[in-house]
Amino acid sequence: MFGFGILSGLLVLPLAGAAFVLLQKDDEAGRRNMRWGAFWTTIVTFLLSLVALSRFDAAKAGFQLVERKAWLGTEITYQLGVDGIAMPFVILTTFLMPFCIAASFNAISKREKEYYALFLLLETLMIGVFVALDLVLFYAFFEAGLIPMFLIIGIWGGARRIYASFKFFLYTLLGSVLMLIAIMAMYWTAGTADIVKLLAFRFPSNMQYWLWLAFFASFAVKMPMWPVHTWLPDAHVEAPTAGSVILAGILLKMGGYGFLRFSIPMFPEASLYFANFVFALSVIAIIYTSLVAMMQEDIKKLIAYSSVAHMGFVTMGLFTLNAQGIQGAVFQMVSHGLVSGALFLCVGVVYDRMHTREIAAYGGLVNRMPLYALAFLLFTMANVGLPGTSGFVGEFLTLLASFKANSWVAFLATTGVILSAAYALWLFARVVYGPTEKHALETIPDLSGREIAILAPLAVLVIYYGVQPNAILSMSQASVDALIAGLQSGLPAKAAALVK
Amino acid sequence: MMATAIVFLPLLGFLIAGIASLLAHKPAREADVIAFGKADHSEHGHGSHGHGSHGHVSNGHGAHGHSSHARDDHHPDDHHAPEPSPHSESVSRFAEVLTTGFLMVACILSWVLFTQIALGSAQPIRITLASWIHVGNFVADWNIRVDTLTAVMLVVVTTVSALVHLYSIGYMHEDAGRPRFMAYLSLFTFAMLMLVTADNLVQMFFGWEGVGLASYLLIGFWFKKKSANDAAMKAFIVNRVGDFGFALGIFLVFWVFGAVSFDPIFAAVPGKAKEVVSFLGFHLNALELACCLLFMGAMGKSAQFLLHTWLPDAMEGPTPVSALIHAATMVTAGVFMVARLSPLFEATHFAMSVVLIFGATTAIFAATVGLVQNDIKRVIAYSTCSQLGYMFVALGSGLYAGGIYHLFTHAFFKALLFLGAGSVIHAMHHEQDIRKMGGLIKVIPFTAAMMFIGNIALTGFPFTAGYYSKDAIIEAAFVAHTPGHVYAFLCVVLAAGLTSFYSWRLYFLTFLGETRADRHSFEHAHESPLVMLVPLGVLAAGAFLAGAPLAHSFLSDATGPFWKGSLFTGAENHVLHDMHDPAKLPRWVVWSPFVMMVGGFVLAYLFYLRWPRLPGQIAERHPAIYRFLLNKWYFDELYDLIFVRPARWLGRFLWKKGDGLVIDGLGPDGVSALAVKIAGRVMRLQTGYVYHYALAMLLGVAGFVTWYLYSGGAH
Repeated sequence: MFGFGILSGLLVLPLAGAAFVLLQKDDEAGRRNMRWGAFWTTIVTFLLSLVALSRFDAAKAGFQLVERKAWLGTEITYQLGVDGIAMPFVILTTFLMPFCIAASFNAISKREKEYYALFLLLETLMIGVFVALDLVLFYAFFEAGLIPMFLIIGIWGGARRIYASFKFFLYTLLGSVLMLIAIMAMYWTAGTADIVKLLAFRFPSNMQYWLWLAFFASFAVKMPMWPVHTWLPDAHVEAPTAGSVILAGILLKMGGYGFLRFSIPMFPEASLYFANFVFALSVIAIIYTSLVAMMQEDIKKLIAYSSVAHMGFVTMGLFTLNAQGIQGAVFQMVSHGLVSGALFLCVGVVYDRMHTREIAAYGGLVNRMPLYALAFLLFTMANVGLPGTSGFVGEFLTLLASFKANSWVAFLATTGVILSAAYALWLFARVVYGPTEKHALETIPDLSGREIAILAPLAVLVIYYGVQPNAILSMSQASVDALIAGLQSGLPAKAAALVK
Repeated sequence: MMATAIVFLPLLGFLIAGIASLLAHKPAREADVIAFGKADHSEHGHGSHGHGSHGHVSNGHGAHGHSSHARDDHHPDDHHAPEPSPHSESVSRFAEVLTTGFLMVACILSWVLFTQIALGSAQPIRITLASWIHVGNFVADWNIRVDTLTAVMLVVVTTVSALVHLYSIGYMHEDAGRPRFMAYLSLFTFAMLMLVTADNLVQMFFGWEGVGLASYLLIGFWFKKKSANDAAMKAFIVNRVGDFGFALGIFLVFWVFGAVSFDPIFAAVPGKAKEVVSFLGFHLNALELACCLLFMGAMGKSAQFLLHTWLPDAMEGPTPVSALIHAATMVTAGVFMVARLSPLFEATHFAMSVVLIFGATTAIFAATVGLVQNDIKRVIAYSTCSQLGYMFVALGSGLYAGGIYHLFTHAFFKALLFLGAGSVIHAMHHEQDIRKMGGLIKVIPFTAAMMFIGNIALTGFPFTAGYYSKDAIIEAAFVAHTPGHVYAFLCVVLAAGLTSFYSWRLYFLTFLGETRADRHSFEHAHESPLVMLVPLGVLAAGAFLAGAPLAHSFLSDATGPFWKGSLFTGAENHVLHDMHDPAKLPRWVVWSPFVMMVGGFVLAYLFYLRWPRLPGQIAERHPAIYRFLLNKWYFDELYDLIFVRPARWLGRFLWKKGDGLVIDGLGPDGVSALAVKIAGRVMRLQTGYVYHYALAMLLGVAGFVTWYLYSGGAH
């Protein structure tokens, strides 16, 4: 197709869908076309990503499906490719998109055209982040993704949407400016923006520290890590359901992906040097935000805080710099994408009926909504890391790895399993269990067919990946092994011995 | 194949019954969409009215009328479907028969395996079902491992589970949520079987948390009751505290041994005996530390001292649940874990002492609390807690076989006592306070006889099952070499007396003497249906048959023809041998449990039959001690004060002050306040939409960068 490969197809398809949506008339038929057009676009994109997956050889460590076109001169190019680290995120993105579109059918009633177009644009930009093999291209996708998300919160959000979107923007901007400076410095030093070449390039030690910190500023905000996490609860609370799903499911993973793609392999010495610093922030995130989550009065805010805690496991696992930690972190990100996405969809289900997210407004839902209770219970259990669900594997592996790195970190972070049980079960007890005392809840209907169709695949995957996590682990294995081998060669002999 | 069927039949039962329960819910729901609000309120409104007429109508029906009567107070979730439709009725029956049938098959297969592997000489089974987690050198798979130790657990779990399934058909027959209940029971059984057939620590952890989930669901089965929800949550969270230790133990074992599968670990133990690890800044012996951490998990699950607080509250669950999960099976998982890891524990000294001392303390502590409780189920719950302490004393003494043997016998007589208590509760319209009972032997003689058998087995009357297993533990504690064994011996001997006292107190107050029940409930008390009495009979037989016929097999060498190496004892462990050596074990030690048992019985007789006013007078004279015991040593209050409240306060503080005041104040809010101050006038002139500016700013930056890089690249 015009000399472009399958990854370009993944970028173009949603844009084509967006164009289709924009061309529709704003009447009843047109709006139906917008919805289903957007939906089928995301389905086809997902299928195409599966084609990409089928052509992807997980046994190989390097980049595959690579395509390259001249862009800005010879060293800044349009270059795409995936390896075992990027592939899971590409699939996660294309997989979650149809759910977001389907969950918006009833929830969104104003300016639908712009809404669906923005969502499809967002999909292109998110996929772009994970497939870009050029630093400038990556940056463009990484930052441009802000805009649609910013607008989705700002236009279709709740009462305090302006505050939330502004906060979201302010935090993210701070990080991006610093990353931009770092990118320029890297370009001038290495003479290229080609990520493949940069991965082989060894930056001088003292420069690594500054570059690492600059990238860290951006990725830490995206994760988000403590103490730059406060934008997330507000953004989640105000965002429409689908926005929350994307935010928790994909956007948060860009930080972790960034650490894996840039910080750790390109600045290995700095990564080792700052590992304890990351551990400290991660442990604080796990304990601090779990405690805060416990006291929340808004369902979405509670899940948002729990996301921060779960991302703490990710950063902790990444900087153990060993196989279990990094693979566990990748798994945890994918699992969290499914689980938190599903939890936000669950909140959306009752929000669409009752138009409140206040925990106190609910209670006894199980009496009227047994199917809903079952789904909510399953995802709650996955969220607390019950073995047999996908939530367990990532948490377990990152903790296992951290024990090797530093027993204090493992000890403190493992208290997270107690705290997560406390906040998650308390939420469940207050919302789902108990008698139906609120008059408004007495006629609340159970899951509709559409809602079942949305939640069931997620439920199946959460259990499937809990029982057969190797499906994801084996995808990233070769690339992570190569990453660790690269780390060892990139570090002075003494330091390399620490990473084993 | 047989082993796989045993494990997965309950899972299949769970899935089918679970689907049935969702289907059964539908008609009831659609029916009350219209009448919902009205029905609910009217039932609440004139509750006593409804009672009266209800009773009238069903007077002729005997059993039926009473339980539906009682239901109004105790099964609040029934309010929704006052008249279960015939459709949901048949679905419920289908779920009951199916799950019970599956469990019966699993039970028969388990006994076949037991005779083949434990009693016979068949090879242990080891099957890999599927791969699970493979990362680097970390490998954990889904396995089924059946050796003698597992075979013992299989028969315990499936037998009690099958009987409890059967019993539940009768006990829950007025409850609209029956299919759900049966599904949960089967789910529990599946998780428990995964736990005992595990071949590695991670699968064990899967079963471990799986039974925790099932326990959570079953304790909170009557989810409309706040007390049930709170108890369910408490059970899960306290267990998570134990799991915290278990998880750290697994991590440490993996980094020391490079494996989580049992055989590679056990094989490497001798070489690792002196290994030192750095943990939280201390340099500690790796095996001692690992065993202590793993034991923390056992403490949570087996409700040992300090982590015991959830077990009494767990009595909020329906009584069959208490019998299955909180007496016979789940709570013994900790005992099983230590026995399974006996090669690891056997290499430690400090950790063994920890096991011994915690076990002994629990045995005596729980027995003292059991003395004064008035809820029939709580007395038995504390008794369970205390007996679990006995099992850990056996393990800590090095008599792993004794610990497992007591687990085995205890499963029968304690399930018997709980199901008997259920029969009493059923007869008394869900009354659980033994102060409001008495004289029930006249109206429910069969239940009384069964409870009598349970009692004599629990107190260790000669030739019952408890006599063999409990006396062995007391003797083992005496001859053991583990530091602290004298303390443990004193604790378990004293606890034997207390056990006898509280057991007979319970029995006398419930069944003998003048009744203190109101006339109405006493006259309408009735024996339970056959479906509930049969399990009682079977368990009562077990309370004898688990004794003399099997004692010799169980209390034998770890490498002998029964255990076949599924337990491990080191070269210096002579406990079993010394127990049979008159030079090491004086006669008075052998007689001590019997004396304590008789003493407890006589004291209970004097207190509760001869001079029934005496206990009250003693309580009045020593109010401090009485209240201390009645309030369970104030552990709940203490934990609330030092953990729950501070955590909640800290959570609120970090949220409002940490996030709100400090981070947002210095971060976005501070910056934006500044920005607004500077640009305020301009803002007001324009549209006022902040995101317009933000967007413009971002696009500006992006454009600038593109231009900049472009010009840079062109050079």
